[in-house]
Amino acid sequence: MNLDSKIPEGPLSDMWDNHRFSSKLVNPANKRKYKIIVVGSGLAGGSAAATLAELGYNVDCFCYQDSPRRAHSIAAQGGINAAKNYQNDGDSVHRLFYDTVKGGDFRSREANVYRLAQVSTNIIDQCVAQGVPFAREYGGLLANRSFGGAQVSRTFYARGQTGQQLLLGAYSALSRQVAAGQVKMHTRQEMLDIVVVDGHAKGIITRNLATGETKAWTADAVLICTGGYGNVYYKSTNAIGCNVTATFRAYRRGAGFANPCFTQIHPTCIPVSGDHQSKLTLMSESLRNDGRVWVPKKVEDCGKNPNDISEADRDYYLERKYPSFGNLAPRDISSRSAKEACDEGRGVGPGGRGVYLDFSDSISRLGESAIKERYGNLFQMYERITGENAYQRPMRIYPAIHYTMGGLWVDYNLMTTIPGCFALGEANFSDHGANRLGASALMQGLSDGYFVIPYTIGDYLAKSGAGCISPDSQEVKEVMESVRQRVDQLVSTQGKRSSRSYHKELGQIMWEYAGMARNEKGLTKAIGEIQDLRDDFNKNLLVPGASDNLNAELERAGRVRDFLDFGELLCRDALERNESCGGHFREEHQTEDGEAVRDDENFAHAAVWGYEGDGKIPTRHQEKLKYDNVKLAVRSYK
Amino acid sequence: MKLFLKIWRQDDRNDVGRFETHTLDGVSEDSSFLEMLDQLNEQILEEGSEPVVFDHDCREGICGMCSLTINGHPHGTENSTTTCQLHMRKFEDGDTITIEPFRAKAFPVVKDLVVDRSAFDSITQAGGFITVRTGSAPDGNALPVPKESSDKAMDAAACIGCGACVASCKNASAMLFTSAKAGHLNMLPQGQAEKDKRVLAMVSAMDEAGFGNCRNYGECSAACPKDISLDYIAKLNRDHAKAKIKSIFA
Repeated sequence: MNLDSKIPEGPLSDMWDNHRFSSKLVNPANKRKYKIIVVGSGLAGGSAAATLAELGYNVDCFCYQDSPRRAHSIAAQGGINAAKNYQNDGDSVHRLFYDTVKGGDFRSREANVYRLAQVSTNIIDQCVAQGVPFAREYGGLLANRSFGGAQVSRTFYARGQTGQQLLLGAYSALSRQVAAGQVKMHTRQEMLDIVVVDGHAKGIITRNLATGETKAWTADAVLICTGGYGNVYYKSTNAIGCNVTATFRAYRRGAGFANPCFTQIHPTCIPVSGDHQSKLTLMSESLRNDGRVWVPKKVEDCGKNPNDISEADRDYYLERKYPSFGNLAPRDISSRSAKEACDEGRGVGPGGRGVYLDFSDSISRLGESAIKERYGNLFQMYERITGENAYQRPMRIYPAIHYTMGGLWVDYNLMTTIPGCFALGEANFSDHGANRLGASALMQGLSDGYFVIPYTIGDYLAKSGAGCISPDSQEVKEVMESVRQRVDQLVSTQGKRSSRSYHKELGQIMWEYAGMARNEKGLTKAIGEIQDLRDDFNKNLLVPGASDNLNAELERAGRVRDFLDFGELLCRDALERNESCGGHFREEHQTEDGEAVRDDENFAHAAVWGYEGDGKIPTRHQEKLKYDNVKLAVRSYK
Repeated sequence: MKLFLKIWRQDDRNDVGRFETHTLDGVSEDSSFLEMLDQLNEQILEEGSEPVVFDHDCREGICGMCSLTINGHPHGTENSTTTCQLHMRKFEDGDTITIEPFRAKAFPVVKDLVVDRSAFDSITQAGGFITVRTGSAPDGNALPVPKESSDKAMDAAACIGCGACVASCKNASAMLFTSAKAGHLNMLPQGQAEKDKRVLAMVSAMDEAGFGNCRNYGECSAACPKDISLDYIAKLNRDHAKAKIKSIFA
């Protein structure tokens, strides 16, 4: 597997400029001769499709929802980082770069992160111009808030709905291109395979979810912008439809999959209430700006009304353990601390799996109306789900799977190991290392789509000459046939168990053995259990109805089938990465007080998995990560 | 909880459709309405029949995908709540619940409770944007926007495009949806250049898509899970009238 990261020459701050200059351009008149497929319409896909169309390329964009405006980027609440330094509080491109590399526990690629920090400022300008209603000061200028893992205030936000507003911005740009005829939008379509001819990506096979029709689409290049794989855990903060199928199918056709074990557990989610639950709901991390996290000091206080527990009997454990970052400690650290407190028996709420997030200090300092103004919709959402009023009683929160840093391996151009197949946004692996900082996902999605791919795709098209093949060609037909067979297989098994029940069971295995803490024994056990579960799935799955119309059970079965393979890959990666870093915490590698211990000598690399065939163990390749501009240090937030 | 469910089933847009009844026992009052339907579907599956299809995705009230008419009300009777955020504790043990799709001429049924809302996309495509080329934007702070305008724009921009406004309206009018998008952009300084063109184009796209006329009943705003105000409809009427007059004298 060729893992040439194509990091440009020169000093870090000049790399992107140099690269843009040395990249080949496609003549404006020639752009219309190229066709590009974009799979996914979230921040990465939507912004890429709109921008490429604006440049003159012909774009086919696909999403599984009924409208591109519904992609799950819409659910991001807190904000988007940018090194604008509007607050004059010491921010700079270099500081955002450094915070992101450190936050990622030194497992991301320096050059990519630096570029991300550089273009972050353009994103804000672009979104403001599109009419994104960011929060403003009374003087009419943009407002900022702080987020975990940073000591400057660089997060831009639109109430608790920043993702929604940024996505609607990208969607409006996309809509303009649809009206102009430059983008053909295909809704309720799911990508089920990628077509690779002579080593280059040439198209995709989709299933129309409304009619059941499978169809081939060909193009000069394919962009996969289909988000992360958090739903392998069944319960996560992802939308129900989020899945790994597009990226996993690309992996099976030759794209390397990097660091699947880097998953992020978000510390502030509403705790699990029972077995009926289908998903977990996130409460924005921005709440930690004004809320204080605590658990009772004494186990016997856990059942009490929190308002009856005196100050002296409360343990504000984040403030105690990490005095300089306090409640704004990064996500992985906050999550693990919550787990520790609950493991000690000091958790609150049903099952003892919860900690308090208390706003009473802020309410008495700023008044209830100020808190309502900042977080009103979040308090409302909390009340709807739990039936409790968080103005009067502390919220209960607990960590949940939220984001996945791993993804398709990409070089500096965002190209996977299949030439012509690119991966953008959460679907790729490059920028967040082993842990993502809050408000950086939106930044990355839009950076990739608006400001990176428009340059790098031109270089590929100009150099390779690309070339679009006919959807009727033999190579395409073969892939299409394999897709049809797979769909038929799911419908014809006619066993006894629903795909949901398999998904739930897989989720339990994953959460138990590959969740917040992992160890060799557990991971080995998980791999065996997943294999058994998959064998049972293949024999005993029940999908009612036919494949030629809208069949939600069939959709889910296909996604769960890929999750069953992928879950095993994730566990294998977690097992091989014999160190703790960021969101990947191996119990064998920790300090006496429970902090993660990295092994830079042996694991300062991205692990890239190559598919070797069904039933065969995939190969683990390495991309060594070089740090010329930051010093590898023990990540301390104390 | 034990519930009696009357659910709309329809094979495709040409089918006449029918109600089907189910009894569902052992529903947790902490589950959401859609989780209750998940439970029903597992039961239907065990009985060897085909589960009910319904649209849903984020299940946290923001994607706008869920679209059920519950006991005659889009998203149910709770204020400011989408179907996915409606929880079973709002119902009583032994209740009979009627579940239908969002009904409107411009939203044809795809299957069971799933409808086609692409007409909304066509309204946005007609003018729900500010024309700005990627990379050509001035600095974000170059143009101060009064906090009040920004807040009002945000109130309108909170629309999730679910279509409850249309489903609740006797005339199946899309004025609340259209006015929210147009209002959001028209209220900002960035949106002024294309204001007239925008309202004319969006209103005619709305009419062409088969939505009815607005008679100011106000059902739309009452059903809106994001509490979009009727004021935006007034504003759209005003902006539209101005644009129309200008176009006559231009």
